[in-house]
Amino acid sequence: MLTFYRFLKYGAIICWSAFVVSPFLWALTTSFKTTEGVVSGAKYIPWFQYKPSLEGWRNLFDRTGKGIDIVTPYLSSLTVTISASFISLILGTLAAYGLSRYSYKAGPIKNADITFFFISQRIMPPIVLAIPFFLMLQALGLLDTMLGLIIVYIALLMPIAVWVMVDFFGKIPVELDETAMLDGCNPIESFLRVILPNCKPGLVVGGLFCMIFGWNDFFFAFILTFTNTQLLPVAVVALNSSVSPWWTLSASALISVGPLVVLAFVVEKYLSSGNLSGAIK
Amino acid sequence: MHTTRPKLMFLLPGLLVLIAIIIFPLLFTLRVSFSSWDVIAPGLDWLGIKNYLRVFADTRFWESMGRLCFIAAVTVFTEYVLGFALALLVWKDVQYKKFFRILFLVPMMTTPVIMSVIWRTMFHESLGPLNNLLGVIGIDPVPWLSTAKMSMLSVMIVEIWQWTPFMFLLLLAGLLSLPREPFQAAKVDGAGPLRTFFLVTFPLMAPITIAAIIIRLIEASKIMETVYVLTSGGPGTATETGSYYIYIRGLRDFQIGYAASMSVVYLVMMIIALTIIAKVLVKLMIVKEGK
Repeated sequence: MLTFYRFLKYGAIICWSAFVVSPFLWALTTSFKTTEGVVSGAKYIPWFQYKPSLEGWRNLFDRTGKGIDIVTPYLSSLTVTISASFISLILGTLAAYGLSRYSYKAGPIKNADITFFFISQRIMPPIVLAIPFFLMLQALGLLDTMLGLIIVYIALLMPIAVWVMVDFFGKIPVELDETAMLDGCNPIESFLRVILPNCKPGLVVGGLFCMIFGWNDFFFAFILTFTNTQLLPVAVVALNSSVSPWWTLSASALISVGPLVVLAFVVEKYLSSGNLSGAIK
Repeated sequence: MHTTRPKLMFLLPGLLVLIAIIIFPLLFTLRVSFSSWDVIAPGLDWLGIKNYLRVFADTRFWESMGRLCFIAAVTVFTEYVLGFALALLVWKDVQYKKFFRILFLVPMMTTPVIMSVIWRTMFHESLGPLNNLLGVIGIDPVPWLSTAKMSMLSVMIVEIWQWTPFMFLLLLAGLLSLPREPFQAAKVDGAGPLRTFFLVTFPLMAPITIAAIIIRLIEASKIMETVYVLTSGGPGTATETGSYYIYIRGLRDFQIGYAASMSVVYLVMMIIALTIIAKVLVKLMIVKEGK
């Protein structure tokens, strides 16, 4: 009975693992193919079933127009994601700290309502904001620029930062602030010197989630940029609709999702140490 | 802590930025929705509620909304069941626990549109691996992306692949934060694994369950990228979701005024539906806890 249970358990784990890795394995094997490896049906094992080639990977750094140039969109994506996450995290952390330590009141609106207002922005379907964003950036001359995208992403990512940080500050005892103030710090000093160093796990988790959602966004990058600025997801999807071969497509997909897969290790570390449970409840 | 200056300095920057970037455009959308702004005559004229009347008569819109609700309900429920099962599997003593936890998290880190591009090659009817492998065990090629029913299923498979990890993450974080005492008590009482699950684990997980389902429903109510890449809403309009239809009307046909009124209807419906679902879930779960 016990062995049967173990069998079921590991069977389930292995099945799901196979489902999870299948697109990656398929993309990996496809990225080394050439025409003969694709057009005659699905092939899996290099050398045995098809002759591997590095053409797909070489095409990623091709500026002559045969492949794509992945470096420029890569750097743009990094710039936009990191700047927007950083600013959202700063603004979100400040707001969350304020909301956890002071009581605000404007008519019937209180702290809980303000927190809800921040977090509820995630409900907004991107399409609802698409048209005004387009017209707004056009009016500001920021259409098709990285700065325009950074501004838009700040609004998308800040709710995530606030969501993570409000709960995190809730767990840090107010006594800590009070001790700092007794030692002669003003509220801002006590926040910077005492509270911030104590909420590193929260900042890491909040920052990570901002990075994940920023890096992975496609819609706004797609409608708000054209030729001057191109982010990675847009560049890869453009390959999908053009006639580019599967091997270039697969290689570009793998190189785009690669860096964030590494973040899974960091998230797992915080998950297992129990730091995430407080942060995301 | 009683001076107002630092108090406002903490809250205001974030709040003002959010209002400027989201609320202001939202009000603009509301205004545009009462105009006939399109590619021929761009501008803010006053059309009254004509656009809204058109929305209510537009069957393609309501069909796409129905489809969206169906996809969201089915995928979120499946993700919840699978995510909970996976979290339970790697919760306690499993060999290589850390490895599997990391592996199960990976899909949510990847860019949905880019993975959809890969999935599209996997679903390819003659050159993709899925039909090839099915062929090995003697199953006829499946029209993954060319019939209405199968393309809905394909979209849902990709969504489930992508987002079950998020459910898994929230539920595992919840499991890891549970107190030990109730489990020890259950053990003393001689409760088996099933009884322990239904009488201890599940009720204790009620709050995080509600949160996880609501968060995923919110994200699922926006589905359009997967559809855009996998099927472009097709075949015909068979996989068109609410967002995708609004996108076509607004940013392909440039019927900006009409698209704006559809997005207002969409947003209002989402807020109402999510509020009701949240209330119902809280009620259901609390009844369960009281038993």
